[in-house]
Amino acid sequence: MSDAAIRFANATVRYPGADRNAVDNVSFDVAPGELVVLLGPSGCGKSTLLRTVNRLVALDAGSVEFFGTDVTASDPVELRRNIGYAIQAVGLFGHMTVAANIGVVPSLLGWSAGQIDARVDELLSMVDLDPARYRNRKPRELSGGEAQRVGVARALAARPRALLMDEPFGAVDALVRTELQRELLRIVRELNTTTIFVTHDVDEALLLADTIVAMHSGRVEQIGEPAMLLDRPESEYVRTLFHSGDALYREYFLHVRSEMRES
Amino acid sequence: MNYIAEHPARVLALSVAHVELVAFALIVACAIAFPLGLVAARRPRLASWLLGTLGALYTIPSLALLAVLVQLFGLGPAPIFVALVLYAQFMLARNVVAGINGVDRAQVDAARGLGMSSSQTLARVEIPQALPVMIGGVRVAAIAAIAIATLGGYVGTTGLGVLIFNGLTLHQSSMIVAGSLAASILAIVVDALLRLVERRARTVLG
Repeated sequence: MSDAAIRFANATVRYPGADRNAVDNVSFDVAPGELVVLLGPSGCGKSTLLRTVNRLVALDAGSVEFFGTDVTASDPVELRRNIGYAIQAVGLFGHMTVAANIGVVPSLLGWSAGQIDARVDELLSMVDLDPARYRNRKPRELSGGEAQRVGVARALAARPRALLMDEPFGAVDALVRTELQRELLRIVRELNTTTIFVTHDVDEALLLADTIVAMHSGRVEQIGEPAMLLDRPESEYVRTLFHSGDALYREYFLHVRSEMRES
Repeated sequence: MNYIAEHPARVLALSVAHVELVAFALIVACAIAFPLGLVAARRPRLASWLLGTLGALYTIPSLALLAVLVQLFGLGPAPIFVALVLYAQFMLARNVVAGINGVDRAQVDAARGLGMSSSQTLARVEIPQALPVMIGGVRVAAIAAIAIATLGGYVGTTGLGVLIFNGLTLHQSSMIVAGSLAASILAIVVDALLRLVERRARTVLG
């Protein structure tokens, strides 16, 4: 048993026919309630690593523990119902209303209709959408930002022990993205949900992360708090990524970070 | 035209019999093709083999196939019924495979990631999302079946083919025209109705 919420130990994934490991011997812990950002360019293995937690991707070596239990010891379907999952393409079910989308996992878990309705309204309010206006809409009647809010609400519906987010705000425009980032921060801090958030956007990582895991070619380059990666990059790659030495960049992001956490 | 005006009850009765034959054949055909298509949709090699086989079957001229089936089943409704079921397989199965494979990958990824089992993903996401394309397959199969079913008149089945083949035997061109015209109208009406269902499914399921 460990006190980590999620523990990667020598996690390794190689896709069939690939000439290198997609995820290469990655080890780190995510503490309960922590928001960890996996940061790196496309193809660096960050999404693959994320998807090993809910077993959408199987490890070829090493292990992932979820609250002290090896994920391979659980039935994948059961495991996933305890882990929220939100993706860039959102993937709202087009034939279901917003309410039915949000209620998917609770209904799989056998909640009563009354419980689900109440939870849907609670979640819509949480993501700042008026339940009366939105619960009966279809996904095609939502803007990109609204759809992503519903995606986040759906991921949180059954009070999961952890939340996995794969570039959830990558497809929305900049203004909406900032708004969604602020709300995500508020929500995960309010719920104290352990979160792993994948992005290729350094700015987003600096704003959201308690801890950043900088990845490159399937390996972890450096792990640390945003200020640490800004101030003490351990490799040329991290130095370039975080514009090390650019005092203005550093000040700006550390300022916005603390400002986001006060509001 | 004057045959229809002179014998409206007979044309109507044969049209109803025609629709019954086609509808029953399509129901049986769907009951076979839908499970086949669903199984094949997730297995690309099986899908290409299945659709290749059904496609080859589809290219057999209907009169030739009917001749073989008469050898097997004798005269009466059986051979034409079997022919209709066989011909429909290709269009039905093809659209099931295309429909399931065409479902938005993000929705399937989300379904799995949220904890739906494979069968729940199929029943709750993939089939509803693929339904408009599947209905499209039923529509095309229905139109073809209405045309092919006229051959039933040649092997002793009731339906609009009776008018066409009796007309040929009796050199009554007005009977031939009446049978053909009624079959065409049926096809046009069924096409329009199923297009409506398809469009409705698209808006509801969008």
